[in-house]
Amino acid sequence: MLTVATALTLPQFAQAQTIKIGMTAADIPRTLGQPDQGFEGNRFTGNTMYEGLTLWDLSSATKPSVVIPGLATEWAVNDSDKTKWTFKLRPGVKFHDGSDFNADAVVWNVEKVLKQDAPHFDASQVGVTASRMPTLVSARKIDDMTVELTTKEPDSFLPINLTNLFMASPAKWQSFYDKAQGADAKAKAAAAWDAFSKDASGTGPWKMAKFTPRERLELVKNTAYWNKDRVPKVDGMVLLPMPEANARTAALLSGQIDWAEAPAPDAVKEITARGFKIEKNEQPHVWPWQFSRIEGSPWNDLRVRKAANLCIDREGLRDGLLAGLMVPATGTFEPGHPWHGNPTFKIKYDLKEAQKLMAEAGYGPNKKLKVKTQTSASGSGQMQPLPMNEYMQQALAECYFDVQLDVIEWNTLFTNWRRGAKDPTANNSNATNVTFAAMDPFFALVRFLQSGMAPPVSNNWGFINNPKFDELVKKARTTFDAAERDKALAELHAASVDDAAFLYVAHDVGPRALSPKIKNFVQPKSWFVDFSTMTMTP
Amino acid sequence: MFAYVARRVVYAIPIILSVALVCFLLVHITPGDPLVAVLPADASQELAQQLRVAYGFDKPLPVQFGLWIWRALHGDLGASIATGRPVLSEVMNAVRNTVMLAVFAAAIGFTLGLFFGLIAGYFRDTWVDKVATSIAIAGVSVPHYWLGMVLVIIFSVQLNWLPAVGAGPGGSGAWAWDWEHMKYLILPAVTTSVIPMGIVTRTVRALTGDILSQDFVEALRAKGLQEFKVFTHVIKNAAPTALAVMGLQLGYMLGGSILIETVFSWPGSGLLLNSAIFQRDLPLLQGTILVLALFFVFLNLLVDIAQAFIDPRIKRA
Repeated sequence: MLTVATALTLPQFAQAQTIKIGMTAADIPRTLGQPDQGFEGNRFTGNTMYEGLTLWDLSSATKPSVVIPGLATEWAVNDSDKTKWTFKLRPGVKFHDGSDFNADAVVWNVEKVLKQDAPHFDASQVGVTASRMPTLVSARKIDDMTVELTTKEPDSFLPINLTNLFMASPAKWQSFYDKAQGADAKAKAAAAWDAFSKDASGTGPWKMAKFTPRERLELVKNTAYWNKDRVPKVDGMVLLPMPEANARTAALLSGQIDWAEAPAPDAVKEITARGFKIEKNEQPHVWPWQFSRIEGSPWNDLRVRKAANLCIDREGLRDGLLAGLMVPATGTFEPGHPWHGNPTFKIKYDLKEAQKLMAEAGYGPNKKLKVKTQTSASGSGQMQPLPMNEYMQQALAECYFDVQLDVIEWNTLFTNWRRGAKDPTANNSNATNVTFAAMDPFFALVRFLQSGMAPPVSNNWGFINNPKFDELVKKARTTFDAAERDKALAELHAASVDDAAFLYVAHDVGPRALSPKIKNFVQPKSWFVDFSTMTMTP
Repeated sequence: MFAYVARRVVYAIPIILSVALVCFLLVHITPGDPLVAVLPADASQELAQQLRVAYGFDKPLPVQFGLWIWRALHGDLGASIATGRPVLSEVMNAVRNTVMLAVFAAAIGFTLGLFFGLIAGYFRDTWVDKVATSIAIAGVSVPHYWLGMVLVIIFSVQLNWLPAVGAGPGGSGAWAWDWEHMKYLILPAVTTSVIPMGIVTRTVRALTGDILSQDFVEALRAKGLQEFKVFTHVIKNAAPTALAVMGLQLGYMLGGSILIETVFSWPGSGLLLNSAIFQRDLPLLQGTILVLALFFVFLNLLVDIAQAFIDPRIKRA
């Protein structure tokens, strides 16, 4: 490893094809198996060095990303007890340290975040893991290549959620634990995890070569990766945290990096004029206003909710303010996605229809409807919240809305999201503008639409209480045939659009600027990308 | 002299404690949840409470402060919420990088500041004075993050002479004092140096002008002393005040500049603070502020003592 690390610092390594990436993160996402920094963490230190039992298919730029077998080759729910799942593991897989991946490793990795009395339990990994698989309770070895996972209630979403549980090497961790100094077992375990984070071992297509916290992570290709088609084509990858968009753009234009995540929008013209390529694609991400549905909320009138959705010229927003860096939203999922369904309410720009609906609801040019929305000046996934909300404010004024914006700090907005519209921190707002990932059904739909997810349980900020939604959530969760489950989710989504549950505005497109030297890159409809396919010309 | 130093050290203790208390309270009274960085938005209340207990946020504020100070006295500033790494090692790594940047920037800023200040003061009200003063005013007035971006656009993006960001080809961990690494330091150091350069220029200019107009200078000249030797007396008289100003400026620079270090992705204490603020990483934020405040107090102490050495009148004051 030292040889590789040394090679990375030498100029000749550049000839050995290394892609240098400027990330938006302020720090290298955690490297010990469960990354932080949201899905940017999964993108760079999760799906590269590690893998889950299930993976996202990132091979297509046109089809939605779906879940495919990863470290498990197949899985099935128990017919008589729908809380039990059997996963068959992929044979012949080895961790980067050479140890075997098997059922013991799966049990160990489930216990690292769920079993508090396990020697390797790590509280610091729980926060970023447990909520992404909220129903998983335990794992049991059946034989070396078979495990049984148990959920606390029937949950057909489990295989999707498991893309977030990354398998770290128990053997490597144990070797650190055996060497660790500490007053007690807990302190030794913490020291072992700290050591593991600096010399990580997963099963993924990339291996850690050198790690300088907060500055850089150097990865090299795993030539022994189990899927020969996904053995990386380039030799190495260097990840550099650069939280400032102009810094990333300058580093790209000066040739210091080959890849800039989310370049400064006003530099897009110069970037492309210099031969760099901007890659973008619709992401499973929603930029919405989430309505309050508590008593007295102006959004309790369906006509008003529909009018707002018809009043926004999303194409204008895309082509003007955002320089093409968004996709107009017609729901949480767009047509072509397996969970889109067939909503009867078509979200589009129709000013006349919007005005008509508002008139029917009793509003007009001389009687405007006052609404208040909380938003932030910045934040993860928030795109350009202030100018976008001012655009909304102007657009909605055409439909007799009088919009007041309550701009607060991002983390505070995020905290308030969980507290709900009834909490004093909502400051009497009728809507909140927090963007969200729509990768899995729980994150995309259930936590917002199911009545039981109202605060303080989860993110049903506006206290939506629609029996039809609850019924459809239950149906989707308890349908274990993948195709049938997708149908149930499509039904739920269509119902939410027909009810204009949100003011759907935009999807992010995950823009990134790439050097012309990088070839064979595929930008899927996902938060994630597959770095294995890329080649680099000298 | 010993009594003076001891008195200054004793005076520093309540200042340090006050700084610690203020930074502890400031980060606690701001709205938002410190666990946002590690808790997904849909985390259960049970999980949130579990982590709140694990990080000690469930305890009353005075207890949290007492525990924090007690641990800090034992060299333990806790662990970063976001990374789990010890705060002290995170801060010390960042401080090392900031010190490197500050010292380099100070060398540039003080040298230029002294030069411009002395010639402006010596040639007061001439065109030389006007040029030097204009440079000083520009240095103090220009927004330094803007200057940083302009320098990057010219020297990195357009001319491709110097790197735009980072701390060397292998990061600061592989730092060496050679051109391959030094070139990463030039743009952030030049940007950082403009404010101290401007302030030192203006201070030294004013001091030089005042001293040159004093009777003892006339007396020295009347004695037939060479102009160069007269000027060394001027410098000696200006030194204590100039030193105090430079010390303060060095203190500011050692605090790190959030804006400059972010623009250049320089892994110093400013960037660390930026990261801690955005991640709402309270232990890291508190630890960083405390260490930087200690640096500032320590530097002031050193400057005071150095001044006392240079000018014996100060000890008696």
